[in-house]
Amino acid sequence: MSTSTPTGETHAPEIDRQAMEVDIACAGFGPAMGGFLTTLTQAWKENPADPAFESRVMPGMPLQVVCYERADDIAAGVSGVVTRARGIRTSFPNLNAAEIPMAVEVKQERVFYLLDPIGASRRSFTLRFCDAILGRTGALFGIKDHAFELPWTPGFLNKHGGLVMSIGQFNQWVGSQLMESGLVQVWPGMPVSGPLFADRAVTGLRLVEQGVDKNGAQADGFMAGMDVRAQLTVVGDGPVGAVGHALDQRLGLPEGHARHEWAVGMKMVIELPEDSPLEPGTVWHTFGFPEPEIFGFLYVHPERLVSVGIFVPSWLSDPSRTAYRYLQHYIQHPALWRYLKNGTLRSWGAKSLEESGRRGEPFLTGNGFARIGEGSGSTNMLTGSGVDEAWTTGTQLGQAVLELLRAGKPFTRETLAATYEMRRRASWVERGAREAENARNGFHGGVVRGMIGMALAGLTGGRLSLGAHIPPAHKQIREPASHSVEEGLRRDDAAALAVADGRPLHDALMTARGWPEIAFDGRLLVSHQDALLMGGKVQAMPGYADHVIFRDAGLCIACESKTCISMCSGQAITEGADGLPAFEREKCVHCGACLWNCAQSPDGEHSNIEFRAGAGGLHSAEN
Amino acid sequence: MANVLHIVVCAGIVPDPLQTLEPVTTPAGPGLKNEMVLPAVLDPWAACALYEAAHLAAGNPGSKVWLVSLGPKAKLQQVMMTVAQKVNFELVPIDGPIGGFTDAHATAAVLAETIAALPGLERDRLLLFGGWESATRGSGVTLQLVGERLGITDQFQGVDQIALRDDGSFEVLERVEGGKHQASVCGGTPAVLGWATGNLAEPRNNPQVGMANMRTMMPALQKAKPATLAANGLRYASVSLPKQQRTTRVVKDMTADAIASELAEWIGAE
Repeated sequence: MSTSTPTGETHAPEIDRQAMEVDIACAGFGPAMGGFLTTLTQAWKENPADPAFESRVMPGMPLQVVCYERADDIAAGVSGVVTRARGIRTSFPNLNAAEIPMAVEVKQERVFYLLDPIGASRRSFTLRFCDAILGRTGALFGIKDHAFELPWTPGFLNKHGGLVMSIGQFNQWVGSQLMESGLVQVWPGMPVSGPLFADRAVTGLRLVEQGVDKNGAQADGFMAGMDVRAQLTVVGDGPVGAVGHALDQRLGLPEGHARHEWAVGMKMVIELPEDSPLEPGTVWHTFGFPEPEIFGFLYVHPERLVSVGIFVPSWLSDPSRTAYRYLQHYIQHPALWRYLKNGTLRSWGAKSLEESGRRGEPFLTGNGFARIGEGSGSTNMLTGSGVDEAWTTGTQLGQAVLELLRAGKPFTRETLAATYEMRRRASWVERGAREAENARNGFHGGVVRGMIGMALAGLTGGRLSLGAHIPPAHKQIREPASHSVEEGLRRDDAAALAVADGRPLHDALMTARGWPEIAFDGRLLVSHQDALLMGGKVQAMPGYADHVIFRDAGLCIACESKTCISMCSGQAITEGADGLPAFEREKCVHCGACLWNCAQSPDGEHSNIEFRAGAGGLHSAEN
Repeated sequence: MANVLHIVVCAGIVPDPLQTLEPVTTPAGPGLKNEMVLPAVLDPWAACALYEAAHLAAGNPGSKVWLVSLGPKAKLQQVMMTVAQKVNFELVPIDGPIGGFTDAHATAAVLAETIAALPGLERDRLLLFGGWESATRGSGVTLQLVGERLGITDQFQGVDQIALRDDGSFEVLERVEGGKHQASVCGGTPAVLGWATGNLAEPRNNPQVGMANMRTMMPALQKAKPATLAANGLRYASVSLPKQQRTTRVVKDMTADAIASELAEWIGAE
């Protein structure tokens, strides 16, 4: 009888369920898993007779490697990226960007400080003072369209020689090659409920239950989630993945590590007007607007497509973190609107970013498991780069696994640490992560301080940085009691507006604060709900339980901020009649923002929202 | 007594209907913008046919299901990673062009030739399944043409149900006007059934089914026969999408009757 126990399950373990033995079980298919599986398949193609590829669980057969991905398609990614592509090019030395749809080499990179042409953003006195000087001496500083272009791109931001890509298309390109090899199987539409534990060791994965109602109770066509037992479980399910979170809950984080910093990245893919002068490979980094804390980007793909988006961080203390409304104002900033006007929305999406970087690194290895990618703390918060780092951690694990298989060694904490962790610690990923470790500390003391701290860390290779006490994400949300009288009056105005026309309170609050109403044009400027239909294509198959759980209903009812509602990228969380937020799985894009946009905490560390494994989500390959 | 059936399902792949589709003119004729980039799914009507075929085969031991699909190999592979988790079948991929702007006669010729050459297929046990309609730009006649080329004269369209009898005959319910079904009895196989939606729910994703299918699927994809479809002089005068309009408004405290009235008024005005 097995001693394994599942985590995150809603059913008793006595349910009769199928089980399967494989050699390597993988959770989540993204760049990190792409790197891991590519490393294995390239070695397999080079020498299929290599004894490393003999299956231990199916003697006589090749290594059994299966990967389960929650999304309905491996191309259903949600990120346009610019990457230096060092690790990716190491895996594909002859990489031709033209082979990957929407990919192009970086041709031009610029950094802009965006002034606020509206006057509604929450700028500090210092920033307003700087803006005033820039505004009055605009000609001197070459200010155009309310934007000040930095005379150079700081080296730590520089992506020259890199690639502008769509992660969806890149995943599809990688996945096709992987599956063609015949060595690995990547199964989309199959969420993983959690790891199988035997004490602190991981013995495989449990897939989600199907044929259940929203609360997880058995319904028509019930099918218990299968147990997939493996000698090695590779965890690459991202920063809000259920397997990674279960591991963190069971094992905790290394001493001094915490995941307190987050951001939601929301972007649109826009088809530019036919006469657009923007060249493919153009990259813009922006800061200063729509709020000083919100960074933005514009990446130009081939065929007149452009990814434009913003990052709304957890240190934006305002509880009305309405990313979609902010994004609409962002694209209308004169510096961007000059190019985007008359464009057409083709796609839209959102994703949580784990911004603690190395400080949020979990235990990378343990008996029977290894963690790779963003969920393993690989994102470099100084360079704003995650894809290449994630990919590289995957390749490092792939090399380590090949070494262990060839040596006939088991996958234990010791062997994985001596192979995978050793490679990672000695690599540019680790060096970059250490340089970036404290780069964003200053933002917890204000934007100006944040920019100074980032510049310090960036220009000194991380040797100098500002110190900071970084509270858990739920404590970064400003208490309603701290609102000023003026803010209170705006909230009253907003409440009246919300009642009058039925719009969400957070949206009305932005209007009350002076943000102009969005003049919908039906093509690019569309309502949030229309964006779900036009640009995101959200779908949820029936027969799965809700994956967003409000743990303590009392806390939610008493919560005044209800930031989960304002930050929800898909408007899937709304105010329920009883004061408890209502979750609609059919609208959820699985960005995971609710997980850290909750001002309540039952235990002082974690928020009151649990984000479990769920099916469905965004259907768009153009992201 | 169970009947041993050989069920061949013809099923194409189509862009995920949740995507924004935009017709464009390509050097090869009409097409959809970025079609190779868009995620694809199994043609929804044909998918119903596949689920019905698997259900029928499961109830008749010894039966077998083949899925014959024509499309770009890479796209087929991608779609099959999802479809293969649902029911057991043997994939017969044909590496061909994407899209439905091909001549139905040319497509039917390739499909019929492939089916006729399937090893182990017994014609007198054959049920040829497919969708009665297609979410591609096809003319909706391909399945009939395949049947004709295979010399199968018993053909049914808009099928929602098949009930096998012990003597090998079967009753078929076909959709007819007025929301009703026409019941027909067919003496036995071979026959062509173009399915409407049938009565089965989409099967759950089952990893074990996927693993079983994968053993034959990847080798089949690697060996997929390339097919060139003859244009046969087909020319498209114009291509357009059905007109779609969206007007979104958030309302609260409206009765269902009031909403219905407003909708009727809006529709009437368009």
